[in-house]
Amino acid sequence: MRVKLARIAHARSGDKGDGSNVGLVAASPEIYELLCREVTPERVRAHFAGVCRGEVERFEVPNLLALNFLLHDSLGGGGTASLLTDAQGKTHGQGLLEMEIDVPEGLAG
Amino acid sequence: MRTVRIANGQGFWGDNVDEPLRLLELGPIDYLGMDYLAEVTLSIMMRQKLKNPAAGYATDFLDFARRALPLLVEKNVKVITNAGGLNPRACRERIFEIARALGLSGLRVGIVEGDDLLARLPALVAAGHELCNMDSGAPLAPLLDRVSSANAYVGARPVAEALAQGAQIVLCGRVTDTALALGPLVHEHGWAADDWDRLAAGTVAGHILECGAQATGGNFTRFWEVPDLANVGYPIAEVAADGSFAVTKHPGTGGLVTVDTVSEQLVYEMGDPDSYITPDVTADFTTIRLAQEGPDRVAVSGIRGRPNTPFLKVSASYLDGYKASGQVTISGPRAVEKARLAAEIVWQRLARAGVTFPEEMRRVELLGAGAVLPGILSAPADPPEVVLRLAVRDADRAKVDRFGKEIAPLVTAGPPGVTGFAGGRPKAQEVVAYWPALLAREEVEAHLAVSVEEV
Repeated sequence: MRVKLARIAHARSGDKGDGSNVGLVAASPEIYELLCREVTPERVRAHFAGVCRGEVERFEVPNLLALNFLLHDSLGGGGTASLLTDAQGKTHGQGLLEMEIDVPEGLAG
Repeated sequence: MRTVRIANGQGFWGDNVDEPLRLLELGPIDYLGMDYLAEVTLSIMMRQKLKNPAAGYATDFLDFARRALPLLVEKNVKVITNAGGLNPRACRERIFEIARALGLSGLRVGIVEGDDLLARLPALVAAGHELCNMDSGAPLAPLLDRVSSANAYVGARPVAEALAQGAQIVLCGRVTDTALALGPLVHEHGWAADDWDRLAAGTVAGHILECGAQATGGNFTRFWEVPDLANVGYPIAEVAADGSFAVTKHPGTGGLVTVDTVSEQLVYEMGDPDSYITPDVTADFTTIRLAQEGPDRVAVSGIRGRPNTPFLKVSASYLDGYKASGQVTISGPRAVEKARLAAEIVWQRLARAGVTFPEEMRRVELLGAGAVLPGILSAPADPPEVVLRLAVRDADRAKVDRFGKEIAPLVTAGPPGVTGFAGGRPKAQEVVAYWPALLAREEVEAHLAVSVEEV
């Protein structure tokens, strides 16, 4: 079944240089494996097409059941130069949790 | 096993002003860390100091001192803060004045100086230190006369030294946020400069603490699970000599300390998780083990570190033009259509006056219609109201000020239902651009100075 990441994970984001970082934390080891397969940098970049102008990097943090995404060039110049309301990417975590992925019935929570 | 209780009562300049007092009043702590410096705060302080040589520090910290000094002394809680900004010496004088007025004596206050590189920049660049921008790779030299502040991030060692000299308050400038916690731990537990695992553990503790309530239920995804967020207790780390620690908060406060709330804070502002680089150590966040030890108590262990790098990060800023933003609320039917028209009217009237902005230097946001996360969260087709926010940026201050005069006329000379224009015309603000760079650490360390004095 297709569910939003909000049902199976939590997230936090903030600014990191010219872009934002979004940490995505799975609710269980099984879901972490699923996130590693499904939430690829390419899919995250497509999801944030209206926000992120640069590349998306992904790091795995298995001990925290977390994936860390760097969304480069996603803050409209960053810091005080940005004209965006969210110049620090504070909302990007909430945005990632809106992404939908295919989840086996038993894991959907 | 002896543990040191370190709290954070101020995650940034602007954080809750009562929380540091609550941390002192509601339970035992040994150290209180308070962070006042964001990336561009030092640039603002530099301008204050240029106007007044006795300014240039976080004045909010004096308000805290007026309220808290008697209790700090009574409970012998030590405070580590970067509130000294660009002028820890002047800040200390003011703290001493406050102490005298309160009838306190014997208070020892330490300062750490040497992080301010602004006056040394031309010589450093001339000596071959390029100070290239860590994001773009560009060298600093062409911008040298526009730089408004430049500070090296200093680590935990000078903080520990001030504590060793008996300081009850340590006023730093651009010390790392994590050193506010690691400094006391190095002092208390006597961790060696190459004890990488323990230094990494203290750094991770500092990272968990540094944003205040973000470790204890603030900004937590499942906010509906957080009890009494209004009275959220700020985080406390109880750190043992072997580097293992527990994250908790005072009993009876609101909020939540779980593996989930701590995990979220660990990934906050994270880059490459196996290399969290500070002046003191390179911490490996992929080695952190978390376990729920009890209600509102998470055990943290297993942390490994590697040697620090030969460089220190420098945070410089330079003036890069002006910007302004203004907003109105547009209500009633066809709010989105009216807001788009209103924005177009502003650009047309500015063009008529000979003022234009390139596309990337102007911004229209229809807040309430999906502007903050475009393409991600869908907006209702016809929302009952939207906030129209317009912003521009330009090297020419006059153009930015002219823009500021074009918002209010929308109320009477725009579409119907425009309201909420308050607070006067938007004024041009200086854009302080941020320039992160690396510098050979010996260039900074040779100039670091710690001084502790008593009132």
